[in-house]
Amino acid sequence: MADQTTNPAAQAEADKGYWAANVRIILVSLVIWAIVPFGFGILLRPALSGITIGGSDLGFWVAQQGSILVFLALIFFYAFRMNKLDKEYGVDEE
Amino acid sequence: MDQFTINLLFVGASFALYIGIAIWARAGSTSEFYAAGRGVHPVTNGMATAADWMSAASFISMAGLIAFVGYDNSTYLMGWTGGYVLLALLLAPYLRKFGKFTVSEFIGDRFYSPTARMVAVICLIVASVTYVIGQMTGVGVAFGRFLEVSNTTGLLIGAVVVFAYAVFGGMKGVTYTQVAQYCVLILAYTIPAIFISLQLTGNPVPALGLFGTEASSGEPLLMKLDQIVRELGFGEYTAHNGDTFNMVLFTLSLMIGTAGLPHVIMRFFTVPKVSDARWSAGWALVFIALLYLTAPAVGAMARFNITDQFWPNGVSGEPVSVETIESDPSYAWMETWQKTSMLGWEDKNGDGKIAYFNDKNADTVAMMEAAGWGSENELTNFNRDILVLANPEIANLPGWVIGLVAAGGLAAALSTAAGLLLAISSAVSHDLLKGQLTPDMSEKNELMSARIAMAVAIAVATYLGLNPPGFAAQTVALAFGLAAASIFPVLMMGIFTKVNNKGAVAGMLAGLIVTLVYIFLHKGWFFVPGTNSFTDADPLLGTIKSTSFGAVGAMINFAVAFTVSKMTAPIPREIEELVESVRIPRGAGAAVDGH
Repeated sequence: MADQTTNPAAQAEADKGYWAANVRIILVSLVIWAIVPFGFGILLRPALSGITIGGSDLGFWVAQQGSILVFLALIFFYAFRMNKLDKEYGVDEE
Repeated sequence: MDQFTINLLFVGASFALYIGIAIWARAGSTSEFYAAGRGVHPVTNGMATAADWMSAASFISMAGLIAFVGYDNSTYLMGWTGGYVLLALLLAPYLRKFGKFTVSEFIGDRFYSPTARMVAVICLIVASVTYVIGQMTGVGVAFGRFLEVSNTTGLLIGAVVVFAYAVFGGMKGVTYTQVAQYCVLILAYTIPAIFISLQLTGNPVPALGLFGTEASSGEPLLMKLDQIVRELGFGEYTAHNGDTFNMVLFTLSLMIGTAGLPHVIMRFFTVPKVSDARWSAGWALVFIALLYLTAPAVGAMARFNITDQFWPNGVSGEPVSVETIESDPSYAWMETWQKTSMLGWEDKNGDGKIAYFNDKNADTVAMMEAAGWGSENELTNFNRDILVLANPEIANLPGWVIGLVAAGGLAAALSTAAGLLLAISSAVSHDLLKGQLTPDMSEKNELMSARIAMAVAIAVATYLGLNPPGFAAQTVALAFGLAAASIFPVLMMGIFTKVNNKGAVAGMLAGLIVTLVYIFLHKGWFFVPGTNSFTDADPLLGTIKSTSFGAVGAMINFAVAFTVSKMTAPIPREIEELVESVRIPRGAGAAVDGH
């Protein structure tokens, strides 16, 4: 894709594709970001109360610790995925 | 050596370390003062962000709020970490690409409007000052305890120290100092937690011990805790006792607010590359998670230990006697904390015992009366903010651990107060004065006005901190609501949409004003006690507490901005190009001073 940097029209096209791919990754990540704490941690907790974890249930664990671990995984996934995407579309800083 | 000397030694040694680093890395030029020359590695930056971010609210206050409420206050844990996802995905990389020094500079340029920049500065100042009030509450608790003076005296001494500390250096001094502060505060938080977890569950990892079995009974710790607090007439620890809607809204407000706080966002301007900005947010959360995964264990175990101290043989046995409290060394913490006037007890029925239970629960009152312990709760005052600092004393840990915790609590409060004061002073001197009112101001005068702004901010925060609108973490939560309602939406719309200048200004003003009025109606006008028309127990709108209103304010901001933008002229061509360039990492040079 090295020729894109010399061809403005193709570069603009690639930039559009890059942004669309980025927005897709963000949307998927944000769905998980919302479902875990608000779903498993709060709203769905009564429905999942059968799943026990160390003296309490899954919802309690998600609310106190699980969602933090999921947030961490999401950020590192996004950084890894985007740094790869930057190179694929030739928009990285090097 | 007595405890007072040990505390002084630990606090003194940690201060000497921070000040030494600050002098070593003293800021010379304006750009160094604000952004540390942009040569900070993502891991270092993450650690400094974590210290900057984890304030008196996280360190001193949060575990106490969780301890006395249980599951329902998991909102703090989820809300204050979930915001980093928003920051990493929606803001940090793009603001780094934009490449200026401050949040309001981005808003001013993106919305091609000095008015937008002014409004953003006002929003930043309102949110940051509220935040500093919460910090001062924590500073008062920490200084009050380790100098063994009243809360008020502690607060006044703390204010002087914070000010002296913040004017010493700019962000460069602050970046490396904050790495040291992170190390002190994380050790101070986890070491006592490890001791207590070993005592109670035999597990050296507190986060796992929380879900382990209690050593003396062999039952799961949380089940045992549920049983004890139920017997004392309180809501079960792991149960959902509050309002679900408010819980969701409060968590969301904290998340959005996290991604709208200037002193945290500013951190991502200081990494060398766009890809580093993405990693930085992750590293910051790694270092934050070390404390946040431990905090629920600290809360639950402290609640367990406190209950055990007041009912040494369980609720069916006798409550602790006044004589034991006064003579037994394992109750010495009660005497020390009584001096700060944040802990109080009174033998109301004169039976020589201090019975601790929920006297709002009729069944428990009947049970206590039948047992002969009276109808009133005799633990009359237990300020939530003292729990973390008192925790090692309650668990009878060695003196050096108590000294370390005092140093850690101060590190947390100081590092955040310093970061916030820096954000406030840069907003006033860089954005307001140099950017708008007196553009030809010299560097020397700019630094001087930055320091004057710091002094004014800390004076206001100290005055209001004397009668805070809530416990440290609750006051800080209000600051998050304000940031959520004003800053985050315009930053996001600036990157992801083509909203225009008028839309942004209208959105910010609507979000800020509505949220501020809602908070003032419940917490008092300008937080002056007694001037409120409603209380959070019986809020104006449904079950929406003033602490949870930030998410509503953010929705109002988005809605107003879109509507106004639709009705007015679209953004000019060059701004469209700016938006497109911000979205693509390629060509992110070193950031430049806007003036």
